[in-house]
Amino acid sequence: MDTFLQQLINGLTTGSVYAIVALGYTMVYGVIQLINFAHGEVVMIGAMVAFSVIMALVGAGTGLPPALVVLLGVLAAVPVCMAIGYALERLAYRPLRHAPRLAPLITAIGMSIILQHLALLIWGRDPRAFPQILENASFAIGGAAISTVQIAIILLSLLMMAGLTWFVHRTKFGIAIRATAEDVRVAALMGIDANRVIAATFVIGAALGAVAGVMVGTYYGIAHYTMGFVLGLKAFSAAVLGGIGNLAGAMLGGIVLGLVEALGTGYISEISDLCQWPLVGELLTERCAAEGHVILFGSNYQDVFAFLVLILVLVFRPSGLLGERVAERA
Amino acid sequence: MKRQTLGLAIVALALLALPLVLTQIGTAWVRIANLAILFIFLSLGLNIVVGMAGLLDLGYVAFYAVGAYTWALLASPHFDLHLPFWVILPLGALFACIAGAVLGAPTLRLRGDYLAIVTLGFGEIVRIFMNNLSAPFNITNGPKGITRIDGMRIGDFNFTQTDTLLGIAFTGPAKYYYLLLLLLLGVIVVNLRLQNSRIGRAWVAIREDEIAAKAVGINTRNVKLLAFAMGASFGGIAGGMFAAMQGFVSPESFVLNESIMILAMIVLGGMGNVWGVIAGALLLSFVPEFLRYSVEPLQRAVFGRMLIDPEVLRMLLFGIALVLTMRFRPAGLWPEKRHQREMSQALEGTGA
Repeated sequence: MDTFLQQLINGLTTGSVYAIVALGYTMVYGVIQLINFAHGEVVMIGAMVAFSVIMALVGAGTGLPPALVVLLGVLAAVPVCMAIGYALERLAYRPLRHAPRLAPLITAIGMSIILQHLALLIWGRDPRAFPQILENASFAIGGAAISTVQIAIILLSLLMMAGLTWFVHRTKFGIAIRATAEDVRVAALMGIDANRVIAATFVIGAALGAVAGVMVGTYYGIAHYTMGFVLGLKAFSAAVLGGIGNLAGAMLGGIVLGLVEALGTGYISEISDLCQWPLVGELLTERCAAEGHVILFGSNYQDVFAFLVLILVLVFRPSGLLGERVAERA
Repeated sequence: MKRQTLGLAIVALALLALPLVLTQIGTAWVRIANLAILFIFLSLGLNIVVGMAGLLDLGYVAFYAVGAYTWALLASPHFDLHLPFWVILPLGALFACIAGAVLGAPTLRLRGDYLAIVTLGFGEIVRIFMNNLSAPFNITNGPKGITRIDGMRIGDFNFTQTDTLLGIAFTGPAKYYYLLLLLLLGVIVVNLRLQNSRIGRAWVAIREDEIAAKAVGINTRNVKLLAFAMGASFGGIAGGMFAAMQGFVSPESFVLNESIMILAMIVLGGMGNVWGVIAGALLLSFVPEFLRYSVEPLQRAVFGRMLIDPEVLRMLLFGIALVLTMRFRPAGLWPEKRHQREMSQALEGTGA
């Protein structure tokens, strides 16, 4: 099997999901310059709601085609998450718009604790196995395999990215969002209702997040009340990587992060096998002979890559890959 | 003035008598008090970074972990090392300080949310390493953690056994309590002295306006690094005490939630104000414990059965409390005077 091509495909899949979640962070940040710290939990709730709906439909034996069942799960998850996104803005962000910057961060942390533990109450402490109803056929391309679920995730993500880009650039409301991101006061003078625009970015981000949650659930076959945390963190890293506040940046950042993570995980064990190293290998001859490999860093270091990339990018290019400006005054 | 002295004496007496009273209720409560002091210690350390210098650090728990693992590795059967405390504790502080500088150096140019997310990532990296450095060479023993860590021992004075003095039995946790109280006194004095020192004022200047601070001749790079390093060393000391007190460390004690908890203590109490931070830390240490013991009987009394797992309910109430406090007191419960002034001015400004 071709490791490189395989990891490329895997990276593209997870990268698309990161990109979709990252769009939620970047849209909110673009408009109010604050991190929506609870966005990861919204994604988790999306996965959980879809899980319940799919389980109910499968359990009832409706005989609907599997793709339709998953679609119904998504259709249920999206409005729930949109409502949560709206509630987040109203409860945690709007009342604190003129407060010190740390205050909304704390309310957002509070909201994410609340969401996480509500999910724990409703769906329990154990990971829930997503029913594998979609027929998951594999296609071979050049020594690697790509599954239907992976194809669906990549295509759906591209579709959503294209849709959002169209919405933001071609519709009147999209123009209002961009104007608000540019300058809230001037936008308000032009007759744009800033409150509505800000709430809309939360709601749109949450809708995208809901779809991403279902994609993660079907891809890994599992949903857990803590899954939003790491996912959200990586997606935020992706948004920063691409240049926060920039939609195209979030998409690029997500894909790049997914690829780096997949390729890093694919090759790290090989690279850090001490037996292959010139000097160190000789010191360990006995162990190498006995065990074959002495791997310093295995694939369990997967999560480190995202953060390392983030730190490196911020150190060398603080405004991200596509970011134009870093506000002088935080 | 006289009344103030009297009040101080009463508080001091109460603090000294507290473990003896708590021992009567149950040694568990002495342990809770010890952890509370440890958290006050930690939040005062983080207060230097976040409250004074205004650098939002979401990975503070990493330094706490460095201190704890330093103690755990140098004073346990794991490597069969049993170094005395006066070697390990400063060493833990030093390592944490170095870690702080390592984190601080590349992130000095970042500000606000970018800094927050990088420090958060740093904390996670440290935790992942602790979790996985058990193969191929077993350094941290992975998720299982390190057990049977040596307790504190100063000469012949052992902190793990009960001693009787003047007919009063002092249990191990009670002895730790007095030691922690002493350390806490130290960190409070340092915080108070820093507040109006040259460095402290430089930090505040950077917090309020970095460009202006630079313009008046503050070496912002060094001063910021100093804040990181100093906050980190306090974290390291607290970590060492934690390892000695618990006798067991594992990566699970150093998750992001701990960082958030410590940050919440500072923000809730009132950033930058030493007494506010102490109050916030006390509040967030004890309220969850009281809830832990009161939520279950309360539910049984009201509903006749357990409706919600107390642990979950505790966290739910915690989340709600965070949201409500920030909603109604965005500068914290007991804000620093300077902050308070700014807040009222800011509100007047936007109200017009």
